Amino acid sequence: MQLLVHSVSVDLNNDASLVIDIPDALCERDKVKFTVHTKTTLSSFQKPEYSVQRQHEDFIWLHDTIVETEEYAGLIIPPAPPKPDFEGPREKMHKLGEGESSMTKEEYAKMKQELEKTVQVHEVFLQRLSSHPMFRKDRNFQIFLEYDQDLTVRRKNAKEMFGGFFKNMVKSADEVLISGVKEVDEFFEQEKNFLLDYSSKIKDATAKAEKMTRSHKNVADDYNHISGALNNTAADNNTAFKKHLEKCAEVFEKLRKVEDRMASDQELKLTELLRYYTRDIQAAKDLLYRRARALADYENSNKALDKARLKGKDVAQAEENQKQCLQKFDKLSESGKKELTSFKARRVVAFRKNLIEMTELEIKHAKNSVSLLQGSIEILKSN
Amino acid sequence: MAASSERSPPPFPDSEEPELLEDSDEGADAFTGTSISEMDSPSPDSTKPPKDIFNEPLEDIFSDPLSNINSEPQKKVDTKIPSPSSDEAVDLFSDPLDDDSEVVSSPEVQNPMPDLLNEPVQAPKSDVLGEPPVHKNAARQQDIFEDPPKGSSKSSSVKKAASAELFSDEDEEDLFKELPKVVTKKPQPSGPPVDVFTEVKSDVKVKPQVKDDPTDLFAEEALTAPAPKPSASSSSSRTNGVHSEEHDLFSEATVELSLDSPRNDRKKKDAVKPSVSAPVAPVASSSSKAPSKTLEELEEEESEDTFDLNISVTNPEKVGDGMNAYMAYKVSTQTSLTMFRSKTFTVRRRFSDFLGLYEKLSEKHLQNGYIVPPPPEKSILGMTKVKVGKEDPSSAEFVERRRAALERYLQRVVSHPSLLQDPDVREFLEKEELPRAVSTQALSGAGFLKMLNKATDAVSKMTIKMNEQDVWFDEKIQDVENEEQHMRKLHVMVESLVNHRKELSGNTAVFAKSVAMLGSSEDNTALSRALSQLAEVEDRIEQLHQEQAANDFFTFSELLADYIRLLGAVKGCFDQRMKAWQRWQDAENMLQKKREVEAKLLWANKPDKLQQAKDEIAEWEAKVTQYEREFERISATVRKEVIRFDKEKARDFKRQIIKYLESLLNSQQQLIKYWEAFLPEAKAIA
Repeated sequence: MQLLVHSVSVDLNNDASLVIDIPDALCERDKVKFTVHTKTTLSSFQKPEYSVQRQHEDFIWLHDTIVETEEYAGLIIPPAPPKPDFEGPREKMHKLGEGESSMTKEEYAKMKQELEKTVQVHEVFLQRLSSHPMFRKDRNFQIFLEYDQDLTVRRKNAKEMFGGFFKNMVKSADEVLISGVKEVDEFFEQEKNFLLDYSSKIKDATAKAEKMTRSHKNVADDYNHISGALNNTAADNNTAFKKHLEKCAEVFEKLRKVEDRMASDQELKLTELLRYYTRDIQAAKDLLYRRARALADYENSNKALDKARLKGKDVAQAEENQKQCLQKFDKLSESGKKELTSFKARRVVAFRKNLIEMTELEIKHAKNSVSLLQGSIEILKSN
Repeated sequence: MAASSERSPPPFPDSEEPELLEDSDEGADAFTGTSISEMDSPSPDSTKPPKDIFNEPLEDIFSDPLSNINSEPQKKVDTKIPSPSSDEAVDLFSDPLDDDSEVVSSPEVQNPMPDLLNEPVQAPKSDVLGEPPVHKNAARQQDIFEDPPKGSSKSSSVKKAASAELFSDEDEEDLFKELPKVVTKKPQPSGPPVDVFTEVKSDVKVKPQVKDDPTDLFAEEALTAPAPKPSASSSSSRTNGVHSEEHDLFSEATVELSLDSPRNDRKKKDAVKPSVSAPVAPVASSSSKAPSKTLEELEEEESEDTFDLNISVTNPEKVGDGMNAYMAYKVSTQTSLTMFRSKTFTVRRRFSDFLGLYEKLSEKHLQNGYIVPPPPEKSILGMTKVKVGKEDPSSAEFVERRRAALERYLQRVVSHPSLLQDPDVREFLEKEELPRAVSTQALSGAGFLKMLNKATDAVSKMTIKMNEQDVWFDEKIQDVENEEQHMRKLHVMVESLVNHRKELSGNTAVFAKSVAMLGSSEDNTALSRALSQLAEVEDRIEQLHQEQAANDFFTFSELLADYIRLLGAVKGCFDQRMKAWQRWQDAENMLQKKREVEAKLLWANKPDKLQQAKDEIAEWEAKVTQYEREFERISATVRKEVIRFDKEKARDFKRQIIKYLESLLNSQQQLIKYWEAFLPEAKAIA
């Protein structure tokens, strides 16, 4: 099974010196291959244009290396794209053993839509990196874009997966511990409260939006079933009744398309937005955590210095340590402040854009339905 | 079966005319060009135009379609079938007075004629003559009108039995049976035409009133008289597809008239009635022409239905407490029909009264092959909830659902021309206090008996192996069965839509709340504002979904539920017909046995018992004839009913589908409004 998707580029970048997009993606049996296309005028790249194939795991690898880079601790690291999820359709595909031919048109459309969404989030991830003054210079990022062979990133083994899980546990526990540390900067205090609150709200809104769009799709599916049932009823009928039924079936079939589009656009413009910012806010919270960690380290180093001075032992070393901690903390605070401010601006812009687009699509679809219904009512009334 | 097919050919020239205008496309084209314009133009008030119609287009009508239709059967079927009828038809219409002699001159008719004039006419005619003046003065006398025909029909049936012995010829019996029919309908029409047609015309109408009846009778004869001729060939006509189509045309046309009439002025309807039972009636034909035109016009204006007799069921109210509590509904009737005491009246009825009405109606009419609209089912669960009295939305929904279903049920009952005539219907609508319906309780002894009856019915139904001779029925029974299956499936789908839409509504509400919360957390003022606006939009959309879900349910799902029930009633009619057939077959078998007994007695030379055996044979012969006739009658009725039902259904569905699509349209228009109002808010985010 191969499925090609051409994405409509949504570039956040105004800078033409490094433009990245994913013009298409190939869905094979158990993996998706994204074509990553780069156009650049930057001197660090050897060629002005690249086109390479990358898999989801490559993106994850890139994300992980960035997270692990100490240098970027003061930055909001763009959230990694979620793993493409077409378990449903793929399982069915496996069961049937064959490709497209055995897939219904509907399943195909659903899968395509899912893939479009996946392409979009992967693209956004790269664009976030390319538009950032620090990340765009990242060595690994450049390799990711340039290297024309398979990156052959090793998938995480079970131990590492567990390690990652353990790290997360520690981090959560640590978060609780350092939450006791008194905040010295009012900006971060506010920001922390805001992000904690916002994060839970947006998570909730995402879940609710998902539910809403799902039930909307159910309604569209029902239209489809009704259309089928009406056609079946009409097929066995030969009275005046028949043409009413057929007309009605036709209306439902068309309505289904509009309603389906409505639901998927809502999903794409609203639910995806909320989903993305749920992850982005998590990334911002991670930044706050790293800064809070640095603050805690600094305070500890202060205490250690006090102790050393009291004992008169290793004072220079403690002083050095304390200085480093302070430096690191100050650096994190400085870049963190900048990052969070720009994050806010970015979020507002993204919400504006998506909400406008969604509203326009809603209006467009509703207008389609109206003209469809008006036409059908006319026809029904006239005969 | 034989008789009905025999009887039908003659009338079709007359009756097919409205039908052709209606349904068959080719015929319609032919007419619209020439006659329909002429036929439509004269309003029923103008006196002259109708005459034009009878002079000019009639020839077209009768010559054209007839030749079309007959040309084929003439090849296969005995030419006698179409030819006498067509000739006569033209004659009948061209000169009504001539008709008498024409009919009389037909040899077969001569025998029954005197009887008709002497015997049967006398009895019912006295009614007819006596009533018209009364009718004009006091509308109350309606009750009387209703009853005497019944009595007369009884007496005539007695007579019929007698006459059946006198004349072993089949035709007489037929005539006798037709007679009460004509008579029962006559009493009402006698006066009304005055209103329908202009005075000049009505004068003409009223005067020949006395004559009218005999002429009807003659016409009746004209129907039956030629019939024996092709009777020999009727067996071929049965299998002949073309011929059976003509039956359709006839029966549909009659349905057409009777079906449309209730929404017409009732008086008109009655004016039509005689022509329905006697389509070739020369005098009545002139009256049948005019209404049939207006009926076509009415066909388009469907609201006419409610104009005449508007029934609403409102104000459901809980009466009493605890498990003895019940819901009472206000049944309001608004009508211009003179059969009712006043123009508007209101009664209070409880659910079991509605069921009781159904019981009474089905007891009387089901056996004759009428489709009696079934009421909504009892729902012990739903009602218990209401009784317990929790003011939760599901019980409110239950009450509303039932109220709407009862309303539709009553509307269906009164839109049936024969059921509207039923005294029980009128009593239900008018009478202040009804005796409590007893046998309707689901868990009563009577209920149990009913269940038992149903079970035995089902068993006997399975044991009856009817060899279906009638292609039309054969197909229709299958069609109804299939349709019911499809409807059930469709109903499940629509119910799922209702549920999913409710779910969507609920999820939208939850999302709206969540977005409102998100908006309150948002620190960018413009975005915060936009989010809370979005929450409001989603709130409104939730309302929209909820309303739409109600529309999904009441306009679409309930329509299907109704029709699933109604198709059940149609099947019930088929079963009744089958039962009638079985009765006839049993009698036939019995007769066979008796004949064998006689033969044995003859052989054994036992003259003493021979007389008794002969008597028994005569008795069973009479029974066989009677049952056969009953079967034919029920077949004709069922067919008429089913055709009427199909038409009503098509119209009903169309109306409901349009209504439903309009509700969807409205939803979408609202949606546009909401989102358009939101768009500037989204753009204002900065």
